[in-house]
Amino acid sequence: MSLRQPDAAAGGRLRAPLLFAAMAALVAIEAATGGWNTALGIVNMGLISAVLALGVNMQWGYAGLFNTGIVGFLALGGLAPVLIAMPPTPGAFAGGGPGIALAALVALASVIAAIAVNRRLRGRPRAIAIIAILVAGFFAYRALFDRAVAVIQAINPSAQGNLGGLGLPVLLAWPVGALFAAGAAWIIGKTALGLRSDYLAIATLGIGEIIVAVLRNEEWLSRGVMNVNGIPRPWPVPYEVQLQADPAFVSRMAGLGVDPVTGSTIMVKLLYTGLFLVVLLALIWAAQMALKSPWGRMMRAIRDNEIAAAAMGKDVTRRHLQIFVIGSAVCGLAGAMMITLDGQMTPGSYNPLRYTFLIWVMVIVGGSGNNWGSVLGGMLIWYLWIKAEAWGPVLMSFLTAGMAEGALKSHLLDSAAHMRLFTMGLILLLVLRFAPRGLLPEK
Amino acid sequence: MDILNALVALLNFVVIPATAYGAQLALGALGVTLIYGILRFSNFAHGDTMAFGTAMTILVTWALQAAGITLGPLPTALLALPFAIALTAGLVLATDRVVYDYYRRVRAAPVILVMVSVGVMFVMNGLTRFVIGVDEINFADGARFVISARGFREATGLAEPLTLRSSQLITLITAALVVWALFWFLGRTRTGKSMRAFSDNEDLALLSGINPNRVVAVTWIIAAALATTAGTLYGLDKSFKAFNYFQLLLPIFAAAVVGGLGSPVGAIAGGFVIAFSEVGVTYAWKKVAGYLIPAWQPEGLLQLLSTEYKFAVSFAILIIVLLFKPTGLFKGKAV
Repeated sequence: MSLRQPDAAAGGRLRAPLLFAAMAALVAIEAATGGWNTALGIVNMGLISAVLALGVNMQWGYAGLFNTGIVGFLALGGLAPVLIAMPPTPGAFAGGGPGIALAALVALASVIAAIAVNRRLRGRPRAIAIIAILVAGFFAYRALFDRAVAVIQAINPSAQGNLGGLGLPVLLAWPVGALFAAGAAWIIGKTALGLRSDYLAIATLGIGEIIVAVLRNEEWLSRGVMNVNGIPRPWPVPYEVQLQADPAFVSRMAGLGVDPVTGSTIMVKLLYTGLFLVVLLALIWAAQMALKSPWGRMMRAIRDNEIAAAAMGKDVTRRHLQIFVIGSAVCGLAGAMMITLDGQMTPGSYNPLRYTFLIWVMVIVGGSGNNWGSVLGGMLIWYLWIKAEAWGPVLMSFLTAGMAEGALKSHLLDSAAHMRLFTMGLILLLVLRFAPRGLLPEK
Repeated sequence: MDILNALVALLNFVVIPATAYGAQLALGALGVTLIYGILRFSNFAHGDTMAFGTAMTILVTWALQAAGITLGPLPTALLALPFAIALTAGLVLATDRVVYDYYRRVRAAPVILVMVSVGVMFVMNGLTRFVIGVDEINFADGARFVISARGFREATGLAEPLTLRSSQLITLITAALVVWALFWFLGRTRTGKSMRAFSDNEDLALLSGINPNRVVAVTWIIAAALATTAGTLYGLDKSFKAFNYFQLLLPIFAAAVVGGLGSPVGAIAGGFVIAFSEVGVTYAWKKVAGYLIPAWQPEGLLQLLSTEYKFAVSFAILIIVLLFKPTGLFKGKAV
């Protein structure tokens, strides 16, 4: 961006391969010391983080848009596997579906009516008409909606009590998750873009918190804090038990000298890794092509000088909206992938510090504007985030080794767990200050 | 009699809590709006500055209590507040010197400063957790009630109780004093006037010989004082939990934007608009309606939104203001 660049791209052409090789070495060391199971666990989540970082990089690196609601788009994308892949709750769609659909229609209709009134009328009648339409619409919506929700939640509340899904393959949920996030992004972008850059940051902070609050509280949808368990696995990933029951697999593992139980968990993780890699590479390919195209040049021109680009006849606000929606869709895709990997939806676990601001650290450290940088940043910061959890207490007990036993020492040892946030903030500040172009600078 | 009961219920569950909450939000939004006016960026670290300031207040309170010093019926935290403000101002000034100063010198884009403030937020959040932990802490002492439910019932004979917690009264009095002092400072003193000049037109202010470093430093000190006071009052009223202060960021920003970023009067008005809407929309109106229209027995609680969605209220107001009046009610600086 508009900052001084203290470090020219040192290392030249070899920089990216070398850094990725170093990342692979870190994973290999992890595998050698902690086993392939944990190493692949880090890799899988690292790949999802890389997809997320790629989406954020589109918004920030290509267009300079600051999105502070990544957690919301991620969570919204995560809703897709629940609605698409979970088995249907018997009677829920028939009992509550029409009511909810009708309520949604009423809400939509009143918003459209309000927009129409806003265009037609002027002055005081406009304000009164808009308020009247929205208030009446809200009460009609609540009346329809509450009744439908009561029906759905009454169905087998201990195990289901939610709308359930369509029972379709979970892979189908990935693009749907992207669509969900894109829809939310369109609404936010339409209001907050075109104003001062700070407003997008504030508005996305809000939508992020609200989406998470909805998932936590709307039990008919996501079962709230009761969680949705047992989301089906995507093709081609089998269940561990199936592999262990398969004689061919067991004999192959015996041939390799690996315990079949460990072998099956590693196999499953490897298949996930392959699946995520395919998605990530496809996204990178598309992103690189887009960045090289006239469209990409236009985006960068807008980012570097909005006024000049507008003078050349580019519609800055429209292009910003476009890239904001696309980037958020990628975040939604990552959310759907994450829920598929976990096999469960836990709305209580969506923490903005962990899923919004950590992603920002990934993008900035990796190198804003560089797609490969985002991937590297995603993997590396995720690795550090996981390892810092283990390193913090070790470091703290080393530092406090010379201290006398007492309240202060035990307090310090207990607080070591919170040092991760501190460290991540420090990394973000240091990179922004001393290497604003990140590990892999934009060319 | 029923109308009186309805009025008391309204006062008890809506007016008093919303006024106290509004005053806390207003103090927070004043800090955000001052930083925006002088330094020209939205400070995402403000919520965590509040948390850090409150943590300092709690630590000093504990130290005072351990030394046997209390304020009698008033919470000891009030005595600890000046020390906490000094500590927080020290931290904020150090942050400015180490972090923000560089970006001002290179004249970085505002969005970079917003991102830097996110980094600062992380560090402050970690620092607060490190100092005081993540648990909920209740540090209010002294008398709990000015008007207790039983005392009010016995005195008036009404069926509805009215309670006024001392923390609510203290919030109102302190907020009024702080706001008065702030406006006196901005309007009457030389430094305050130079701050307003700097906010209105930076180049002109520099030309007329105003020292920018002094203006920036004074702004940070005032922001730290406002954040610590707001955080302490909020913590006395509810309780202290580090994460809650991060979540306060949204209503505080909404209040500042609704009033118009950069406008101190707007920040106060915005704080009360947000607080009254939040409490009004999430309050179950059944009881009040029952007193006013005894013949009507509604099915539900007459609650528009459940309390979990209180942030949605600030967000909705924020969106409406951005759509129709992006400069806010009091013509802020930002468009």
